[in-house]
Amino acid sequence: MSEIEIADVAMRFRARHGDVTALERISLTVPDGQFACIVGPSGCGKSTLLMIAAGLITPTEGEVRVNGKPTFEPGADRGMVFQSYSLYPWLSVRRNIEFGPEIKKIPSAERRKASTELIHLMKLDGFADAYPKALSGGMKQRAAIARALAGDPEVLLMDEPFGALDAQTRQIMQELLTDIWQRYRKTVLFVTHDIDEAIFLGDVIYVMTSRPGRIRTTLAVDIPRPRTFETLSGPRFAELRNQVVGTIHEESLKAVESELARA
Amino acid sequence: MSRIPAARVAPAPSAAEPRRRRGFIRTYLTPKQAIPGRARLFLAVGSFVVILGVWWLLATLIQNTAGALSALFVPTPYQVVVTWWDMMVNLGFYNDVGWSTFRIVAGFLLAAVAAVPLGLLMGSFEAVRSFFNPPINAIRYMPASAFIPLLILLQGLGEDEKITIIWIGVFFQLVLMVMDIAHRVPDEMLNVAYTLGASRWTVFYKVFLPATFPEVVDALRITMGWAWTYLIVAELVAAEHGIGSFILIAERYLRADRIIAAIITIGILGLITDTLFAIVHRLAFPYVEKVRA
Repeated sequence: MSEIEIADVAMRFRARHGDVTALERISLTVPDGQFACIVGPSGCGKSTLLMIAAGLITPTEGEVRVNGKPTFEPGADRGMVFQSYSLYPWLSVRRNIEFGPEIKKIPSAERRKASTELIHLMKLDGFADAYPKALSGGMKQRAAIARALAGDPEVLLMDEPFGALDAQTRQIMQELLTDIWQRYRKTVLFVTHDIDEAIFLGDVIYVMTSRPGRIRTTLAVDIPRPRTFETLSGPRFAELRNQVVGTIHEESLKAVESELARA
Repeated sequence: MSRIPAARVAPAPSAAEPRRRRGFIRTYLTPKQAIPGRARLFLAVGSFVVILGVWWLLATLIQNTAGALSALFVPTPYQVVVTWWDMMVNLGFYNDVGWSTFRIVAGFLLAAVAAVPLGLLMGSFEAVRSFFNPPINAIRYMPASAFIPLLILLQGLGEDEKITIIWIGVFFQLVLMVMDIAHRVPDEMLNVAYTLGASRWTVFYKVFLPATFPEVVDALRITMGWAWTYLIVAELVAAEHGIGSFILIAERYLRADRIIAAIITIGILGLITDTLFAIVHRLAFPYVEKVRA
């Protein structure tokens, strides 16, 4: 079992004109093996929420629990993938992937077996000994996902991982990620501003409001798996999409209005 | 016997086909456009040829109009080469080169050994930065050469005075450069390591340090050039040996040719160290995206 629970998390920053509430009392639970997506307009604090889940930011209130135990520091139980890949340029693809296992002092033969499998799964065959500079954006992100999986986390946290990729590559990466997820059945918390991406990947979607960040609706995605390219043109996909778009649009408008009111 | 006309085999380009434009202006005067490799080499060699040519021409003209004595003040490139050889064989100039090189290496190494670790610590820990940054920033604006009289009073005219000057000139600049480099290491690189279970110490030596290395070597390469300036100033003020003191003595004997030969020697030494740094960089950091020439 590997479950992550965000319990009554609030985040306030001290600014020049009083406190700014970035996140207001957010609670959500991602049960074992679920793929949960957080969607919201930019600036709604969804990335901050993910950083809090990772233990990289300490919330003003509330706590994060993994399998029921509160955590206050980052750890190998919550692997993270960033938009900017952040591979280590001085390590080969293989050694990047083996970074987590190496820290855990896993014997090198075992490490190598695991990294070889991940390299194959992530379609990086032939690039094991290449430096990241030789890789395209999509390949870099596949290597970064492989690195996070090699750490064998309880929960995988992904912060707009495909945000920097072009539309075609992004679609391919989403398909690859669902395949990988079906294979490993990791608990995933995935942040994105791309509604199609959230519906395509997620079991459940949390739609966030902006300033202060709050969860406005929770949506179960009842499209059966395995999901493929055809899923995107299905009627249920379109329905869910309209629902989310409507909510987010309302929220974006509100955000603009509140900005105008402040000015 | 029938002959096949050549034109049938290779048809001539028809007038309708648009011609690829390869004009001179298009090739050489398009902003940010790469030029052919051969042209680049030609221009690089050409710059030296032009400089030497103009120098040679002017020196010859002046010597022809102003008399033979002016050869001492305005020598031709050839005369400088002859002088340089004479300096090496008869005046023991290699000895001065040796002394200067020793001072540079000693002063620079001592400065680097102190500045790199401190700069890395300042870049990574705000507490260390808050403590050291203000005084270092202030001292950086005090020219190293202004310390020479003070150091002569405190340390005398020996090697330690020269080495201290170089140390002052290099340390305060280098420490701030290294601090900036360390400060620029992306947070996400460190955060990824934390989420893979790394401890603070592991993140420091397995991620943070290697992330800074290539740029630190670049910073060393740049500050090495400055070290030469401070050394020569120190040697010009007071020294028994060294390229700077050789230049000073040459001035007393009105030997411009020797001064020019000495200055060119410094330039060549600088070029050699710079090339060594570039080679080290290329060998040690093959993974860096942009390899600078």
